[in-house]
Amino acid sequence: MTDDVPSRPEPKPEPAADSEPEARPAPAAEAASAPSSEPAAQPVAAAAVPAPVPAPVAAPAPSPSPAPARRPLVKRHHGIVRITHWLNGLLLLGMIGSGLQIYGAFPHFGPRGGPYLPNPWDGKKFPEGVRLGGWLAGGLNWHFALAWPFVATGLIYLLYMLTSGEWRSLVFRPRDVPRALQMQLYYLRLRKEHPPQGKHNALQKGAYSFIVVLGVLSVLTGFAIYKESTFPWLTRLFGGYELARYWHFWAVWIFIAFTIVHVLLVFLVDPASLRAMITGWYRGRFPSHE
Amino acid sequence: MSDRSLSRRDLFRLGAVAGPAAVAASCGWQGGPLVPKLRAISLFNDWVGEKILLSSTRLAPVYPHSKRTPPNLFPGYSITHPPPQLADPAGWGLEVGGLVRKPMRLTLDMLQALPSVTYTVKHHCVEGWSAIATWTGAPLSAVIAMAEPKPEAKYLRFDTFDSNYFNGWDLKSAMHPQTILAYSFNNGPLGPAHGAPLRVYAPIKLGYKLTKYLTAMTFTAERPGGYWEDQGYPWLGGV
Repeated sequence: MTDDVPSRPEPKPEPAADSEPEARPAPAAEAASAPSSEPAAQPVAAAAVPAPVPAPVAAPAPSPSPAPARRPLVKRHHGIVRITHWLNGLLLLGMIGSGLQIYGAFPHFGPRGGPYLPNPWDGKKFPEGVRLGGWLAGGLNWHFALAWPFVATGLIYLLYMLTSGEWRSLVFRPRDVPRALQMQLYYLRLRKEHPPQGKHNALQKGAYSFIVVLGVLSVLTGFAIYKESTFPWLTRLFGGYELARYWHFWAVWIFIAFTIVHVLLVFLVDPASLRAMITGWYRGRFPSHE
Repeated sequence: MSDRSLSRRDLFRLGAVAGPAAVAASCGWQGGPLVPKLRAISLFNDWVGEKILLSSTRLAPVYPHSKRTPPNLFPGYSITHPPPQLADPAGWGLEVGGLVRKPMRLTLDMLQALPSVTYTVKHHCVEGWSAIATWTGAPLSAVIAMAEPKPEAKYLRFDTFDSNYFNGWDLKSAMHPQTILAYSFNNGPLGPAHGAPLRVYAPIKLGYKLTKYLTAMTFTAERPGGYWEDQGYPWLGGV
């Protein structure tokens, strides 16, 4: 099972699965790149339907036998989630690049002449390689053009989450506080067993809920800067024009820090989830539903 | 089998890295063939800004004098350096023309004789800084009413004696109660740095729309460009 890292230290629900030595019965399933041709986790149906590619002789019978079966391939992410995830990530990159371009026109947070709010990049311009737009007008035009699909993908994602009920497996609720603590203890190796979890553990719920909030705050602080005379109450909500700019700017670094940790954890904890976010199909060690 | 799925996994990882990397490598980039499309989207944003977000009655916040930016810290931009000044201020007048029934030439005395508006508001520069000052002037709506624009007049073009600086405005923004033809800065004279003898002022638009060193305002049916706008800056510049 190459989608998983074989050297995972965590205990498994299926004891034999951890050392599974690539005894893969049906190459057809893995070779198929289109998720629609995947037979999914329906062993009975699979037995009745002849596979397009003949299974190797040594393959175990495709029946619900107690054989050391590899984990089932299950659908984990809906197409809407996958498309909005990748698009939104790419758009965020463009928003950040153009935002850093705009920043260079007045690289301070505070009134003319100061005092300026604390900022490690005060008075500095970002290197050209991370900027998008080439000059202030270019940065503005990129920023305000990408903002539409950035907001749209975010709204489509949220709408799907709400209508599908998927929000239940993602929203961090008060009861997740002790669970998140346990999960943190486990990651710090202060707890031996992996706490039980549904589709996501409590720390993941916290992270994914937080990032949605951060996205909403980025949009709102953006409007507070863009149209202060139109939405003065919004600008006031964030502490005024300069503070709205300041929060908008800090959101960038939180987004970047989140993304680094997010990608690291994908590879360190659950590499199978990368495939799931691309094709929708998951053959990992975590449950796919609550 | 193992090889095959390894290579596919590698493909996934390559994609995960290559996508953002390709975008990053194209940064510092204006947009190449996409620039006209970006500017078209900018015009759409202008439409949203004017037709949906701008209200003819909603006023931008006003501030107490104590919030004013120290006048020496209030920047004054101009194309010409040092800021342009009239050789003969007494001979100056604002030409009001184009698609109007009553073209006219307004002297500073005539403008100052009109009912005046004084407010202390925030100036938003496209660069990201802001500054607060008090401005006094004649409501642009009053001058527009005097000129009686024809029905086909949809825009205003402002011309200046600051090199080739000019600017276009939509009539909705021009008619906003806080849009004025300003002749006073912080209760004193306007001064060459801020556009003497007369400039457009409004807290509902970015600084580069607040045309200084005015010589003419012309009503047009076609959308006029502008010095910065023709180079790519957003046309509406609404705040």
